[in-house]
Amino acid sequence: MTPTEASPARLNEKERRPDRAVLAIAVLLLILSGVVGYAAWSVSARSVAYGLGPTAFPAFVGGALLILSIGTFIAAFRNSFPERDHDEIAPVLWIVGGLLLQLALLRTAGFSIATGLLFAATAKGMGRGPLWLTVPAGIVLSFVIFLIFTRLLQLSLPAGPLERLIP
Amino acid sequence: MNTFDLLAQGLLVAMQPMNLLYALIGVTLGTIVGVLPGIGPALTVALLLPVTYRLDPSGSLIMFAGIYYGGMYGGSTTSILLNTPGESASIVTALEGNKMARAGRGGPALATAAIGSFVAGLIATLLLAFLAPYVVAFAIKFSPADYFALMVLAFVTVSAAFGDSTLRGLTALMIGLTIGLIGLDQQTGQSRLTFGLRELTDGIEVTTLAVALFAVGEALSVAAAGKRAPDTIEAVKGSVWMTASDWKRSWKAWLRGTAIGFPIGAMPAGGAEIGTFLSYSTEKALTKHPEEFGKGAIEGVAGPEAANNASAAGTLVPLLTLGLPTSATAAIMLAGFQQFGLQPGPLLFTSNPQLVWGLIASLLVANFMLLVLNLPLVGLWVKLLTIPRPWLYAGILVFATLGTIGANPSPFELGALLVFGLLGYMLRRFGFPIAPVVVGLILGPMAETQLRRALQISRGDLTTLVASPISITLLTVALIALVLPIILRMRGRGQVLAQLASDED
Repeated sequence: MTPTEASPARLNEKERRPDRAVLAIAVLLLILSGVVGYAAWSVSARSVAYGLGPTAFPAFVGGALLILSIGTFIAAFRNSFPERDHDEIAPVLWIVGGLLLQLALLRTAGFSIATGLLFAATAKGMGRGPLWLTVPAGIVLSFVIFLIFTRLLQLSLPAGPLERLIP
Repeated sequence: MNTFDLLAQGLLVAMQPMNLLYALIGVTLGTIVGVLPGIGPALTVALLLPVTYRLDPSGSLIMFAGIYYGGMYGGSTTSILLNTPGESASIVTALEGNKMARAGRGGPALATAAIGSFVAGLIATLLLAFLAPYVVAFAIKFSPADYFALMVLAFVTVSAAFGDSTLRGLTALMIGLTIGLIGLDQQTGQSRLTFGLRELTDGIEVTTLAVALFAVGEALSVAAAGKRAPDTIEAVKGSVWMTASDWKRSWKAWLRGTAIGFPIGAMPAGGAEIGTFLSYSTEKALTKHPEEFGKGAIEGVAGPEAANNASAAGTLVPLLTLGLPTSATAAIMLAGFQQFGLQPGPLLFTSNPQLVWGLIASLLVANFMLLVLNLPLVGLWVKLLTIPRPWLYAGILVFATLGTIGANPSPFELGALLVFGLLGYMLRRFGFPIAPVVVGLILGPMAETQLRRALQISRGDLTTLVASPISITLLTVALIALVLPIILRMRGRGQVLAQLASDED
């Protein structure tokens, strides 16, 4: 943010300023439109005998995204998106971190440990701790779930050192 | 064979002990998740899809239908006692129901909701049974062009007609269509939008997307809100039973709610919540006690709850007879059918009548089970509302990832869950509706197939799309549904439509 934007002087002027987050969405839609359009163009399609080939539908979606992106740009300048409350970032990071940790550890540490960590991270993000208590609790819970689903429903879940302890 | 015979045969299927058990599991799970704030029937069915690969098709479909109905019942409990609706179709119930609970009349409010749901579910399921053969007889004549027109109509009503912004509704739909493009083209085998990744050639699973958008997205958005959302549970005070005057004021509202809800659910017109709003305003207009509205009028609970359940049954009409999902839950149930290699539609009624009629009959059975579960046992469900949010959402994420891992234990699939979860969070944050994304993913490839088939038959002649009275009518209605809301919003009537916003069901 530049200093001029931070100045609290005129609230009215601030309201008229384009909504930056919405501008970002418009840009993302524009990029998506380009990606879909490129995909349509790059399919090495021999045109079909009659009717539409595999590129027609992507071309339509790409075009529609382009129009919607323009609409979103206009909405950003008009500030016509609904007002947003202030969101806290920390809890989101905890949950995303938990999911990433689970993703990374799943194959090596097995279902129970990886998912137990996700459980603890989510609870932490939402204000419950301490981790030294929630991590073991999460692992025990996930282990029980592992047993129920692999034994009773014959679901195959990745096993780690913990799961290999039981015959 | 007439409908009675078919339904009787269906009842024989539904009354088999294993199927009764599946129905009981379904309605119990449905009630539990319906009661839990933040989880709707769409998410529950999505979570359970991967774990039912090994079960038999009719059993799991009966279970899913039980979850759908159960979620509708359970949602009312949350709205009445907590004022945070468990699913979007229960928002209206919260208006009067929560006021009644605060005035110490929570018992009768729960009772009128449960009995109203039962009456509506019973009538609407019978209507479904008697209507379905006619729709099937009609739909069997549909050409690919007619199907395409029908899907265009469904796209428009799900994304643009209701909600507070055509722009955001259509954007959500196009995001869904884009995700639907990923993978191999069904007709030529060309890969599209796969970026050379082997994992993407099969496309994105509907269940992965639904679980990510609904479970992960919801958890992120609740966590980010921090302490913004307060909630207090109203204890159920006094008698659970309705007085004579409660009955007198409720029964007409139940029937009116059913009459409003069923057609709305049966038309490809989006979710159950539209009917609930219409029913609420009808009851408000007709009541002899207008002074009670806004302070806890029992008609305001009875009517919308009946409408809610009637449209849930109504949604099954296009789903079963045309293979057309008109809500997120229906879209995921369609994925459930496809998981077993079944394609709902007119042909399923002839190729697999046992399954279809068993499913319809089991809805009647589920309805009776739900009445028993919800009246005497309501105190048990209320206890679920006391689970603190951190544990609740931590548990939801464990189960969300469990389903994905069970279906396909690859880091790639979990990565997709995370990416689409973040998408779900951003969609919520900026006021985009979620349902069009899911419906777009599942309906997009189907619409493309029908369109291309139509143009193949006509040898590329585009006029084939408007060659039959059916397709002309459907496309005209779709056009009206797209344009009319824009005009209404320009004239400042948008708030009515915003209230009808379609979210989850």
